[in-house]
Amino acid sequence: MQVRTGVCGGARQPEASHPNRYRRRASPVRLHATGLRVSEVAAMVVFALLIINKAGGLIFNRTFAPGLQKLDSNDYLILAGTFHGIHAISRTISPAPPVQPLPGNRRPPTTGIESMESSHFRLTCFQTPTGVKFLLFTSPEQPNTDAVVRRCYEIYGEFVMKNPFYSLEMPVRVEKFDRALGAYLVRP
Amino acid sequence: MASSSKAARLGEEVWKSRVDKINAEVLTLTYGTIVAQLCRDLTLPATANKTDYAAVNAELDRMGYNIGLRLIEDFLAKSNTGTCSSFRETAEVISKVGFKMFLNVVPQVTNWQGVEGKPQAFGLVFEENPLAEFVEYPDDGRAQDELWYSNILCGVIRGALEMVQMQIEAHFVTDVLRGNDTTEMRVTLVRYIEDEMPPDDE
Repeated sequence: MQVRTGVCGGARQPEASHPNRYRRRASPVRLHATGLRVSEVAAMVVFALLIINKAGGLIFNRTFAPGLQKLDSNDYLILAGTFHGIHAISRTISPAPPVQPLPGNRRPPTTGIESMESSHFRLTCFQTPTGVKFLLFTSPEQPNTDAVVRRCYEIYGEFVMKNPFYSLEMPVRVEKFDRALGAYLVRP
Repeated sequence: MASSSKAARLGEEVWKSRVDKINAEVLTLTYGTIVAQLCRDLTLPATANKTDYAAVNAELDRMGYNIGLRLIEDFLAKSNTGTCSSFRETAEVISKVGFKMFLNVVPQVTNWQGVEGKPQAFGLVFEENPLAEFVEYPDDGRAQDELWYSNILCGVIRGALEMVQMQIEAHFVTDVLRGNDTTEMRVTLVRYIEDEMPPDDE
């Protein structure tokens, strides 16, 4: 398993394109050129999205692909809490030399774990400056996961935060958000 | 300044391509209705129709604060700015990206105060204020001295910056509605909120 962490915000990603659109664009010609087998292309999948609030509580989880192993809801909570803790540790044990800020300025934050990869999935973690974490589970072949997770953040900003009856830091039960996410991430 | 023009470019880009727009008058009239209603509802104790303008200011600030807590996520998601390295940069981003994106105005950052030992602060001078387009104060002799019509903006900035670990204090110092030459808000950094573990906690 590989873990990637970064010291600063990281490179700006280009605007997220639809992850599934990528798949459609991957015509046979392109496939041939990249040497990918059809089964590998079919393996590019977004599995799940988890949102963790700044206190480490799981406020949203949803799976997007059929046939995944089921976790019970308690396992999800444990996963979220554990990851929150590990992420916090990874922020403080960065081996890179600390950047000294000018007096009166803030030290640039370390991002902590940005992605984790195993043979069967990749976990992309995006922490917003407000402390909310978006965890995106995808197949390792899925490209542009950074852009995908940012787009999820945009949808969250649009449909969750602007819903006047959503109370901050609480579990997200917003139907419009679900629908928009589904339109973006579920395979047609 | 390099960061200033970068912020201006980003603000333009976000405004042009990534935000939904509505007719400005809808906003102006809606906000006007809210303020007028507050002025009717919040009266001084033991009076029927003498408005408690201090209470109106406070209520507007509180409403703005609650907006800011939420709006910051939309702002960060759409503008994709990273963390500001200095309060000065924060000022530029608020004016050129934040206000541009949500109100399509770019208040001038002025009266920068960054002396060692004193809190950092800046002023935002609004050349145009879409909230106050059609406003004339009531003729009760007190509104001119007590009401800060656009006080909701102070609350928005306070709420938004609190979510990105900055405690600030914001208030209007002048307003053309009160007969001043300019409309200026003053924003003072109180402190950066550090929510890390306490050091040496072994």
